[in-house]
Amino acid sequence: MSSILSAQNIVKKYAAHTALDNVSLEIPSQSIFGLLGPNGAGKTSLIRIINQITGPDSGTVLFEGQKLSPQHIENIGYLPEERGLYKKMEVGEQALYLAQLKGMPKAEAKKKLKDWFDKFDMNAWWNKKVEELSKGMQQKVQFIVTVLHEPKLLILDEPFSGFDPINANLIKNEILSLKEKGSTILFSTHNMGSVEELCDHIALINRSKKILDGPVKEIRKNHKSNTYEIEFSGNMMGFTNSLWTFGKLGEHKMDGDYCKAQVVLTPGSTANQLLESILPVAQIHSFREIIPSMNDIFISKVNAENPLGTKSNFTE
Amino acid sequence: MNKILLIIKREYLSRVRKKSFILMTILGPILMAGILVVPIWLSLQKSEKQKIEVIDESFQFSYISSKDGQRKGLIPENESVHFDYPEIKIEDARAGFYDTDYDAILYVPSNLLNSGQLGINLFYKKQLSNNVQEHIQSNMSKMIYEVMLAQNKVNMNVIKDAKDKSTFTLRTIQLDETGKDKETNTAVNVGIGFACAIAIYFLIFFYGAQVMRGVMEEKTSRIVEVILSSVKPFQLMMGKIIGVAMVGLTQFILWVILTTSIYSIAAATVLKGMDIKQVQQKEEVIRIGQNLDVNHMGKIEHNPVVDLWSKFDNVDMTEILICFVLYFLAGYLLYSALFAAIGSAVDNEAETNQFMLPVTIPLVFSFMIAQFVTQDPQGSLAFWFSMIPLTSPVVMMVRLPFGVPMWELALSISLLIGGFVATTWLAGRIYRTGILMYGKKVSWKELGKWLFYKG
Repeated sequence: MSSILSAQNIVKKYAAHTALDNVSLEIPSQSIFGLLGPNGAGKTSLIRIINQITGPDSGTVLFEGQKLSPQHIENIGYLPEERGLYKKMEVGEQALYLAQLKGMPKAEAKKKLKDWFDKFDMNAWWNKKVEELSKGMQQKVQFIVTVLHEPKLLILDEPFSGFDPINANLIKNEILSLKEKGSTILFSTHNMGSVEELCDHIALINRSKKILDGPVKEIRKNHKSNTYEIEFSGNMMGFTNSLWTFGKLGEHKMDGDYCKAQVVLTPGSTANQLLESILPVAQIHSFREIIPSMNDIFISKVNAENPLGTKSNFTE
Repeated sequence: MNKILLIIKREYLSRVRKKSFILMTILGPILMAGILVVPIWLSLQKSEKQKIEVIDESFQFSYISSKDGQRKGLIPENESVHFDYPEIKIEDARAGFYDTDYDAILYVPSNLLNSGQLGINLFYKKQLSNNVQEHIQSNMSKMIYEVMLAQNKVNMNVIKDAKDKSTFTLRTIQLDETGKDKETNTAVNVGIGFACAIAIYFLIFFYGAQVMRGVMEEKTSRIVEVILSSVKPFQLMMGKIIGVAMVGLTQFILWVILTTSIYSIAAATVLKGMDIKQVQQKEEVIRIGQNLDVNHMGKIEHNPVVDLWSKFDNVDMTEILICFVLYFLAGYLLYSALFAAIGSAVDNEAETNQFMLPVTIPLVFSFMIAQFVTQDPQGSLAFWFSMIPLTSPVVMMVRLPFGVPMWELALSISLLIGGFVATTWLAGRIYRTGILMYGKKVSWKELGKWLFYKG
């Protein structure tokens, strides 16, 4: 799979502070790429560099193999985390203006806008001033403006914040259908649930450095700790003895003769061996491998990097 | 380039469509026309006739008629003043003043000519107009003057003749490089210069502040990040500056058109068909008469407003108008770039104050300098401050009606354009950093650092 965007050894410094320290990224075409990291990690700096709002101090960004230049602006759509529209300007006029700034001819922009307004059932808003709309409505307008010119690369910074669950779902489906149509989505978020649900790839940035990247499935696979959760009826003592050398008992609890235990496989053992050894002593209700959630990986990674006392808290 | 046009168009249209713009455009000329028409109208108004009771103990201003034994007055009357000469003591007149319908008592004591000091008093209920006071004073003074000459057996005609022949008005004529004469009038020059300077000062502030507020609006509403993903910060800043400049020009042109039309309509109706040229001609005749009569203390009433108008013809209004537009535009561009930089550096209106002061000081300062400039329009102070870009828009406008050599104008404008390029460059560097910086209170030191950030 070729990459639509490739950032190589990006460094960005502000006076006394390094925002990005030698960060490299490969964003594969037609994928959803999650850019994760605690607040102040450097995500916004990186996004601004990709959008050519600022330039890197060193390093290069390639768009479809070419050095990033103003001609690529038309191929990128950007939804910033802090949403903003001209409050006193009418919705339709403003959407047209922003589309034209992205290089769309007026007539084409108008036609596409009408389609989107039909789709989201918001034709009545066309002549309204932005300040007359609710926050959720403004968000919808902004989303449309971002995707209107059908960019190859769509950069969405916290796209779901401010939407109610129904509209968030609407937007999620739009994002997936844009991907189907060939767009690549760079998706910056704190919402780990949506990362697992949507992202194909992720990169984790912490304290100006990239500390992890790769396909989501692979990362989760790499971070699994060979831990299995077993629910069974039987004797806990007999269960523990039966583990032999195949596994080590972790967290466990009992409710009468109903037990739930986590077992970590010893290196070299397989799940099947473990299962075989416990079969004679326990009536098994369930047996499943515990795969860490992105949330767990995120927290453990960030906390491992950061010294004690500055632990970030990412539960959403 | 296409995108900067889009920005200019939006900035322009969004402002021109505002109610406040339309209101300003309509009210401006009404105010301007008012400033031009009202003084003329007032000066041509006949005020209500004042009735004055003259108690003349000296008999210098009245006499007893031999025919009917009644006292007859000598002070000339006109359409705004009427004199009565009752036989009454000053004490009684004072005591009964409010029982009469007289507006004033004019008291001339008996020892008028011997006391060495003319103790003539005017008692009034409500202040009399300047015209009436002037009329009384000049006529009485002239009468006493003639009496005194006569008492000393001086021939009135000799004096009058000598006066007439020795009186002249010093004409000040500028001889320009092409050998053409240009008659000037200092008061008119100062008037025009100051009017233009005030207008430039006001317009620069007004439109500069609009740029600043526009930048802050984009920053605080956060739309700037969306726009900057499509255009360069410098394009956005210049688009706004140019867009607002065009709003200013549009307003200015509309003002000129509207003012002229309102003025001509007003002139036609208020001045009751009296064309301004006619007024001028009439005044011209009066002035010639007055010159001949200068120390004989005005038979003629002098109309300063109409007088002033007649001298406008001597000033090259086209040159001034062209220079006004040039200096307004270049001065505005210079200052609005600084205003844009301020707007980008702050998060809210309150924070602008610390940065506004240094930007406004040169403008205010140039206004203070302007007073000295009118006294010596070709002096070195005037020269240098009309060259320095920050002060030249105001100072040069003050100098202009006095005549400024072409090379000085060219140099001043070039320096101003250079200054504008420099401040725009400077402002652009502050702007591109400031516009994306939130929640940070910015100091001067910080702004200095931004200048050297890499794009």
